[in-house]
Amino acid sequence: MAEGEKALLEVRDLRTHFDTDAGTARAVDGISFAIAPGECVALVGESGCGKSVSSMSVMRLLPSPPARVASGQILFEGRDLLGLSNAEMCAVRGKDIAMIFQEPQSALNPVFTIGDQVAEAYQIHHAGSRPREAWEKAVAALRSVGIPDPESRAKDYPHQLSGGMKQRVCIAMALICSPKLIIADEPTTALDVTIQAQILDLLRTLRKEHNLSLLLITHDLGVVAEMADRVCVMYAGKIVETAPTRELFAKPLHPYTQGLMRARPEPGSSRHGRKRLAVIPGLVPAATQFKDDCRFRTRCPLADEKCGSEPALQAYDGEHCAACWHTSAAGVQAWDARDAKGGPA
Amino acid sequence: MSEPNAVSQAQAAPAGQGGPLVEVKDLRKHFPIRRGLLSSVVGHVKAVTDVSFHVGEAETLGLVGESGCGKTTVGRSLLRLVEPSSGTILFRGKDITQLSNAELRPFRRHMQIIFQDPYSSLNPRMTVEQIIAEGPLIHEPGVSSAQRREHVMELLRRVGLPPESADRYPHEFSGGQRQRIGIARALAVNPSFIVCDEPVSALDVSVQAQIINLLMDLQAERKLSYLFIAHDLSVVEHISQRVAVMYLGHIVEYANTTDLYADPRHPYTKALLSAVPKRSPDDVKERQILGGEPPSPISPPPGCPFAPRCPIAQPECSKKLPELEQMGAPSHFVRCPLVK
Repeated sequence: MAEGEKALLEVRDLRTHFDTDAGTARAVDGISFAIAPGECVALVGESGCGKSVSSMSVMRLLPSPPARVASGQILFEGRDLLGLSNAEMCAVRGKDIAMIFQEPQSALNPVFTIGDQVAEAYQIHHAGSRPREAWEKAVAALRSVGIPDPESRAKDYPHQLSGGMKQRVCIAMALICSPKLIIADEPTTALDVTIQAQILDLLRTLRKEHNLSLLLITHDLGVVAEMADRVCVMYAGKIVETAPTRELFAKPLHPYTQGLMRARPEPGSSRHGRKRLAVIPGLVPAATQFKDDCRFRTRCPLADEKCGSEPALQAYDGEHCAACWHTSAAGVQAWDARDAKGGPA
Repeated sequence: MSEPNAVSQAQAAPAGQGGPLVEVKDLRKHFPIRRGLLSSVVGHVKAVTDVSFHVGEAETLGLVGESGCGKTTVGRSLLRLVEPSSGTILFRGKDITQLSNAELRPFRRHMQIIFQDPYSSLNPRMTVEQIIAEGPLIHEPGVSSAQRREHVMELLRRVGLPPESADRYPHEFSGGQRQRIGIARALAVNPSFIVCDEPVSALDVSVQAQIINLLMDLQAERKLSYLFIAHDLSVVEHISQRVAVMYLGHIVEYANTTDLYADPRHPYTKALLSAVPKRSPDDVKERQILGGEPPSPISPPPGCPFAPRCPIAQPECSKKLPELEQMGAPSHFVRCPLVK
């Protein structure tokens, strides 16, 4: 986000912890990011990095206990969502901030028609509206997300629709109250690649039409390349790198980001000769075992004694920040050296 | 349906080696739909229709397509985990479709499978050692338990798991580690052919790379043949020598990997490749977004199954199913007369 621009959503030093029998799991451990009006920011990372917990914390959808926001602020248009009462939060959810989930089949209620479900979202935030009006709004919303023949499809139940159509219904439901921010948590992960292309295209069009801000949670760097203006790479509860999308792909600074990019199979590998894929050895530490060191050090080719203390996010090149003591081109060389040695399979 | 002769000949004659390891001819699987008190058959799910291909020694054939295209049914039919409705499956030249279960047993040790979901494919009540040793216990009954344990240890080492894993249970492992257990289980009976049914789809990208490397190393060491089923086109390109693209139960394109990715012919293959997200934001990509969704395999459209979504469809496409025809490279086959 450019200097001086006013953020729509600003998350400051958010820590969401879970109290478990095995100790406190620091699933999200001090992350900060901001989204400008109309901007698409991606949180990218692998399973368990805390990206979904971050988005659920913004929506305040995590059950407490066991979840607990240990610190931080979530400022939406300058107002801290963490300070709101449940009733006030209900007025924000769905109205100002809406959410799209990974699995459309479990996000929809199987015993109501899709028209009823989309209309319900409208009625909740428009007390006193007539059912007829809500139904018409629902049909219009279904039409705007590309559902053919929405008047009659609105009377269908979720099981009568395919996965892609169900995801369109969820998007219609998210859009019906004209929110300013949509949080999409792996919106295309459960879908086939041609349907994924349709849904991403739809999200792009809607963003433009409504000047929507989008917080996109994904593990897929390809989806990030397609959609995001800015990226935050998460690892073990922390943001380890953040940059405008182009810069991140052109010059990843953190060794983890570099490793992730290199682990993807190269297109054209069948023509240019197959190489072994670069791997990131080892496993992510358990969330209950996080220490105050660099959490990537056990898997990092650059790790040394310096990494025993935690690196902060530092700006390297304008808006390009990384949290690493050794951030440089040395990372790429270290990966190359490790691959040449033929690291662990 | 009969393939043109050119296809059958080309498919029957892979490079050297004297005959393919696995050869599938006109494989068909239509699942009956039963309704009512008498369970009368009211229709069929036409999951796989007249699919033919071969897999050579130490070769990987990639099978790609979207959900419901029948790729998993093909994989399971090869091992007769699903009984084919018709067609033949030759393993080293012997037709295994007509064998009784007892006759099939000696073949089973040569043909193994690795499943997609590393969570549901391992019995939670068995230790890793029991899981891996179950196959050898059936196929090599005479072996002492000490030797068997030694064998399990060796397999664990090979797939990159610590020896103490043997006495643990599946729930103690991560997704990637479980997939390693699944691989060790498949290897335990020394197979020559493994069906890999979306083995990396459930894994994170860094772990996915580890498993792909492992599969490729094992192939080089043991001269394994793979049928690699996946929906991720870049993974398939990386691991396969040849690729078959399926749509609604039919193979629509079948070629060497290099030819398929450099010169995709069938409109569906083109659409599939163009739908893959960009690798980096600066990539220029010809974007062709397919409208609609695959039709139901219960009532597939007449003629070409892709015609209703096809950007270049002509009226005659809906009249007759096109044949797989050779186009471009000698071993490149496409089921679309319009792109000739």
